[in-house]
Amino acid sequence: MKDNKWSDYLWIVEITYLVLGFFNILFAWLGMIFFVTPLLISSIKGNKSYCNKYCGRGQLFATLGKQLSRNKPLPKFMRTSYFRYGFLTFFMIMFLNMVFTTYLVFAGTSNLSEALTILWTFKLPWAFANTIDVVPWVAQYAFGFYSVMMTSTIIGMTTMVLFKPRGFCVYCPMGTMTQGICKLKNKGAL
Amino acid sequence: MFKSKKIAKIGDLCVACGVCVKECPLRAITIQTGIKAKVCLTTCVGCGKCSKACPASVIGICDREVLHER
Repeated sequence: MKDNKWSDYLWIVEITYLVLGFFNILFAWLGMIFFVTPLLISSIKGNKSYCNKYCGRGQLFATLGKQLSRNKPLPKFMRTSYFRYGFLTFFMIMFLNMVFTTYLVFAGTSNLSEALTILWTFKLPWAFANTIDVVPWVAQYAFGFYSVMMTSTIIGMTTMVLFKPRGFCVYCPMGTMTQGICKLKNKGAL
Repeated sequence: MFKSKKIAKIGDLCVACGVCVKECPLRAITIQTGIKAKVCLTTCVGCGKCSKACPASVIGICDREVLHER
């Protein structure tokens, strides 16, 4: 029988994170851990142990995929480097756009928008927010970051159902970035 | 003498996600550098579990002789 380690249950952390956003949007800031940790691990250790062992999102897709996935191969174009790096570029542009929106609120040019932007397009008014105690830009970043996390979860879930459980790993922007860092690190460039 | 005539072969488009590592019943696959999975030539029996699970569909099962010829 397979021995399960604590790191095999990190999918619970991922679910908890997504649920906490329904209680208070400021919990979205905790998502920075999922963003920074893989980059730090790949930069320092030169490997993808975050993706391999500690990615709660990947584990969640694998767990749900046992029941829900069609287990079909991803379309060929989605497995190419062009698609992976293209998606990473798009993702980073939208991320920087979100940071810029936060800056506008910080600078007082824009007002706080209490809504999630799902799939970079659809505005979803978010009533589950308690932003009274913080300065507006802190809340704005939380809305933006939670939107990013929800969007990637929706895309990942769709990929999981339509194709293989961890199909999202193929073009996951974090995975692409960490692999790129590993390539540079192991070439001695970092 | 090898246990099997078949062996897993990892393609260049491997994303090093680690799914194959978890799937392999013989722990014949490792990812050390975070770039590409690596198959242990002596341990792998070419059962194909990794190939089936690979999200990027980059693992093929081929004959050992073909692999050695390359």
